[in-house]
Amino acid sequence: MAKHLARPRSAGPLFIAPFMVLFLLLFLAPLGYAAYLSLFQEKLVGGTSFVGLENYLTAVKDPQLREGVIRVATFFVIQVPVMLLLALLFALALDSGLLRLSRVIRLGIFVPYAVPSVVATLMWGYLYGPDFGPFAQLSDKLSLPAPHFLTDSWMLGSLANIVTWEFVGYNMIILYAALRTIPHDLYEAAALDGAGAWRVAWSIKLPALRPALTLTLLFSVIGSFQLFNEPNLLMKIVPDVIDSSYTANLYAYTLAFTSQQINYAAAVSFLLGLLIVIISYAFLLTANRRRPA
Amino acid sequence: MTTTTPPATGVVRTTAQAPKAPKRRRGGPAGRRSTPLTIAMLAVLAYFLLPLLWLLIASTKSTQDLINSFGLWFSDTPQLLTNIRDTFTQDDGVFLHWLLNTLLYAGVSAVGAAVLAAAAGYGFAKFRFRGNGAAFNLVLGAVMVPATALAIPTYLLFAKVGLVNTPWAIILPSLVSPFGLYLMRVYAQDAVPDSILEAARMDGAGEFRIFLQIVLRLLAPGLVTVLLFTLVATWNNYFLPLIMLNDPDLYPITVGLSSWAAQAQNGGAGASSDMLALVVTGSMISVVPLVVAFVLLQRYWQSGLATGGVKQ
Repeated sequence: MAKHLARPRSAGPLFIAPFMVLFLLLFLAPLGYAAYLSLFQEKLVGGTSFVGLENYLTAVKDPQLREGVIRVATFFVIQVPVMLLLALLFALALDSGLLRLSRVIRLGIFVPYAVPSVVATLMWGYLYGPDFGPFAQLSDKLSLPAPHFLTDSWMLGSLANIVTWEFVGYNMIILYAALRTIPHDLYEAAALDGAGAWRVAWSIKLPALRPALTLTLLFSVIGSFQLFNEPNLLMKIVPDVIDSSYTANLYAYTLAFTSQQINYAAAVSFLLGLLIVIISYAFLLTANRRRPA
Repeated sequence: MTTTTPPATGVVRTTAQAPKAPKRRRGGPAGRRSTPLTIAMLAVLAYFLLPLLWLLIASTKSTQDLINSFGLWFSDTPQLLTNIRDTFTQDDGVFLHWLLNTLLYAGVSAVGAAVLAAAAGYGFAKFRFRGNGAAFNLVLGAVMVPATALAIPTYLLFAKVGLVNTPWAIILPSLVSPFGLYLMRVYAQDAVPDSILEAARMDGAGEFRIFLQIVLRLLAPGLVTVLLFTLVATWNNYFLPLIMLNDPDLYPITVGLSSWAAQAQNGGAGASSDMLALVVTGSMISVVPLVVAFVLLQRYWQSGLATGGVKQ
């Protein structure tokens, strides 16, 4: 925050007031309400009563929630590195200046981001499918067994592929934009020192990408742990593979809207939000600590 | 937060020009292009575009042809127009409702969120007042609160005040964009020179006139970025409308399509056989507007994202 820019003026609070009012009403109030609700329990007899942290104790021991959290954590550990590594490689390739058609390639890789995740999931669901998916059709022509993308053992990978397809381009653009801001003289100095393309990428480009990489990682933590749309839609195709507690978020949704356990659902969403914030902060702290002085 | 300080205005300016800079690229002398690398990247491109090509081709087929003809080529009896007409006439034209609803929700949310974020970003960047830092950090912390963890309590609150199953249930939560605010604050710091503000104040212009007539114009590229990304977020939103709305006439396209997909999946009797083609065609139609918007506005969002990613 550059100090010389700011001056005491009474108009400042007025500019931020509309945003802050809505922020209080639509961000903090629901959070507070969730926290409040999570402390109660609806009993069959005797109505709603205060139970303190009992819902949280139940949640921590809930095997379905644990299963969902472990699954999204597994998803995160596998899918995010793959996605970010691909985004990084593509961004470096675009920035290398060695590509023909680089504008077309850049835009083409980004385009899936503009496709609603509902459409992306329906589309991939059909592509994966055994009836008229091109993979099944091709293996049929070659007299090979069709790949079982929608079975239990493949499902997490199939989901990871959909999410990767959707978001590699978005992350690539952020990284590419950051690469474009590296000053030219750094490359010229490196060339004078006899550094090759790989050396330049490793010693100049990667360190300069640190803030952008942190940002993409942060978004990925948030995205992975609240995974919902894709499994929710695929659940309709293969209900015996994806159950209502497949991901933590799907479980919270089911609790609130199918089994009507509002108070417990509030505790579960609150806990999930807390987990995401803790993991995000952990990444931020690590990233900042490693930053060279 | 403010440890990296690349030359302030340079960041925004260079990246704003980046997409239209076909001149000599770094990393090698001009003209030294790599064919193997280009081929590899074209293979990568195929992975990203082939599914969409499949969708486009599939939308020209009847449900029968979808099953009987090869997915990546046209059938003998293409019927794109028939499919489009069927999509728009199914269930008394509910698809058009969904399309218009989506436009309304996404349009109002995007404009509202962009203006709110611009005003607040400018307020945070150019004014110093009590609680400025604390308020900003509070909002910044909220970037990490997952939208879906908020959705359930928001639903419960909205149910109490009777907002559930109204367009407001979708629009109101989309108006607050913490990341948009962050982006606009960073952007305003560089793009709005203090000298201009001083000069306008000397001339006796009121703070709100200055904002409307000078600041908004200077913030335009950042504004377009926030606008576009809120537009996408609302256009593609599924979870919030899924829990907030139960009247099919209020559905946005995402929830509508998924309800059709569910029908196509387990409709069983007669209906299901035609539904599949409609789901595919409806999906294709829903993709077009955003892709066009991104292609047309690429200079803006690319520079806007750069601002967010470079400075932390």
